[in-house]
Amino acid sequence: MIKENKREIMYREALNEAFKEEMRRDATVFLMGEGIAQRGGSYKVSVGLLDEFGPRRVIDTPISEASFVGAGIGAAITGMHPVVEILFIDFAMLAMDQVINQAAKYKFMTGGKGQVPFVLRTQGGVGNGLAAQHSESLEAMFYHIPGLKLVMPSTPYDAKGLLKSAIRSDEPVIFLEHKLLYMTKGPVPREEYLIEIGRGDIKRPGSDLTIIAWSNMVPRSLAAAEKLAEEGIDVEVVDPRSLVPLDKELILESVKKTGHVLIVQEAIRRGGVASDIASIIQEEAFDYLNGPVRILAGRNTHIPFNLALESACVPQVEDIVAEVKESVYVGA
Amino acid sequence: MYEKVFLIDLYKTIYTIRIFESRCTQLYRQGLIRGYFHPYLGEEAVATGVCAALEQKDYIVSTHRGHGHCIARGADIKRMVAELFGKLNGYCLGLGGSMHIADLATGNLGANGIVGGNLPLAVGAGLGTAMRDQDKVTVVFSGDGASNNGVFAESMNLAAIWDLPVVIVIENNQYAVSTPIEDSTRQTELHQRGQAYGVTSYHVDGNDVLKVYELAQQSVSQCRQGKGPVLIEATTYRHGGHHVNDPGSYMPKEKLDYFMEHDPVKIGRKYLTQKAKMSDQEIVAIENTIEEEMEQAITYAEECAEMSLDEFCCMTEGF
Repeated sequence: MIKENKREIMYREALNEAFKEEMRRDATVFLMGEGIAQRGGSYKVSVGLLDEFGPRRVIDTPISEASFVGAGIGAAITGMHPVVEILFIDFAMLAMDQVINQAAKYKFMTGGKGQVPFVLRTQGGVGNGLAAQHSESLEAMFYHIPGLKLVMPSTPYDAKGLLKSAIRSDEPVIFLEHKLLYMTKGPVPREEYLIEIGRGDIKRPGSDLTIIAWSNMVPRSLAAAEKLAEEGIDVEVVDPRSLVPLDKELILESVKKTGHVLIVQEAIRRGGVASDIASIIQEEAFDYLNGPVRILAGRNTHIPFNLALESACVPQVEDIVAEVKESVYVGA
Repeated sequence: MYEKVFLIDLYKTIYTIRIFESRCTQLYRQGLIRGYFHPYLGEEAVATGVCAALEQKDYIVSTHRGHGHCIARGADIKRMVAELFGKLNGYCLGLGGSMHIADLATGNLGANGIVGGNLPLAVGAGLGTAMRDQDKVTVVFSGDGASNNGVFAESMNLAAIWDLPVVIVIENNQYAVSTPIEDSTRQTELHQRGQAYGVTSYHVDGNDVLKVYELAQQSVSQCRQGKGPVLIEATTYRHGGHHVNDPGSYMPKEKLDYFMEHDPVKIGRKYLTQKAKMSDQEIVAIENTIEEEMEQAITYAEECAEMSLDEFCCMTEGF
């Protein structure tokens, strides 16, 4: 049935399905976090899981981020497959010792013997006036640390397939969602599937310019690409889907084809992942470039509460359109 | 009444730790061991007594001052010296060193360079084993210094609300690096921290191996019965500074003299003569064997290879 194949569900529902499938498959998978059990999570990702899997596997925690994240790591070291949720990425800072000094280094410090099959899920990004301590995009903090995988899905399809792979990974995975994506819909097949972590995806093929974007900057870039198409500019949108490992090959292949690159990042520019990707491109595809690698990033500031200022702090569709035009026309 | 063989085993462990730490301190002075080295000298009875109460299947989570815990769980001192030398045959291939020794085969989930950072890991180990009804107990060692870190309170609370089979052992050596406990907290009786969280809490003389063992037995048994976590505060004292390069000049002479006399090795030896009716000659024979084993371990470690840069690059590919 065509209708069956084109089933569309929300990002949060896709995550929920991934949990159900993985928890049914493997009794060592369990969830921990603030308000995830009885309340079903702030963004309703874990709705219904308590009923099906019970309070032993879907656990509400006290407000003790460092210790329940560390508890997830300790459980992982001893053979469980925990998925720990932090409400906002801003709060993950409370648990950074556990993530960096314990989870990321454990396998290394034990000479490769100790496995940490641990997933830390959280969400970031601006969204409707949540102000400076609930809106940050902090992927660079994790990107910088060896020993962590870093996944940032932009669609329901990717969210489900990547979360399932993250849960099955033997290494710690930081799984970053975006608060504005939870309600977005997209096709997700009923049949089980996995997406390999480290494989990017061409979200829109094109020939004039490559946009590299992840998380909520993907739908924005796609919207910009549609507008640009009306003006005859054919943009390719590459979504790496995971930043560690980074699908360098896919990025370089696209860059070599188009010769123009714009990296769109919601996080502030200074010390960001976009800068690192730009350096990789100029080092490995310099001869193919028809102009400088451009970066459109968030302003170097905290996120203001004022809504007009908030939206001015992170790339919007029209900003992307303008930046692409400048890149293509100036670089041509 | 204790079996003679049990008392001998306890003493062997205490003495092995004593010799390991003393010899390794010498090797450090000779430049054969580098980096940070936090000796367990003077605290041997805590690890020995606690680990004697555990079974093979149980877990321990250790600290930066972790050599004693590792030995008390039955690690091979050859591979421990090799690790301290940074050699490939060490427990962590020479990549972890003194502060990160882990021996998963004996349930030692590892030493930890972050004071307090090991407590949440123990909660997780306890949570996972309880979830699988594995009847395993997790012991986490911590110092008095760690008790002032936020995760100490958080982790004890998590273990308490989830009734986890976790024993938190505070090795109260009365210094956080060099800061005396009186300057770190108003309530220096640290077991009272547990009572505030509804956790069964005890205090024990940490230099008396049998007292530690008996209390650990009771605590572990409470955990196995599903009655939740236990906090043990074991009072002890270092025989020197925080690490081998710290002379510990801030440690008052009278106090140090007292603890040098109230010494875990002396107390352990007393139990052998009084309870096991052993002669000095018999005890010296045990000590000699341990000293020989230590020399063999050092020779072994000296002869081990180091990881090559190629091997290292291969191992860390994709990090």
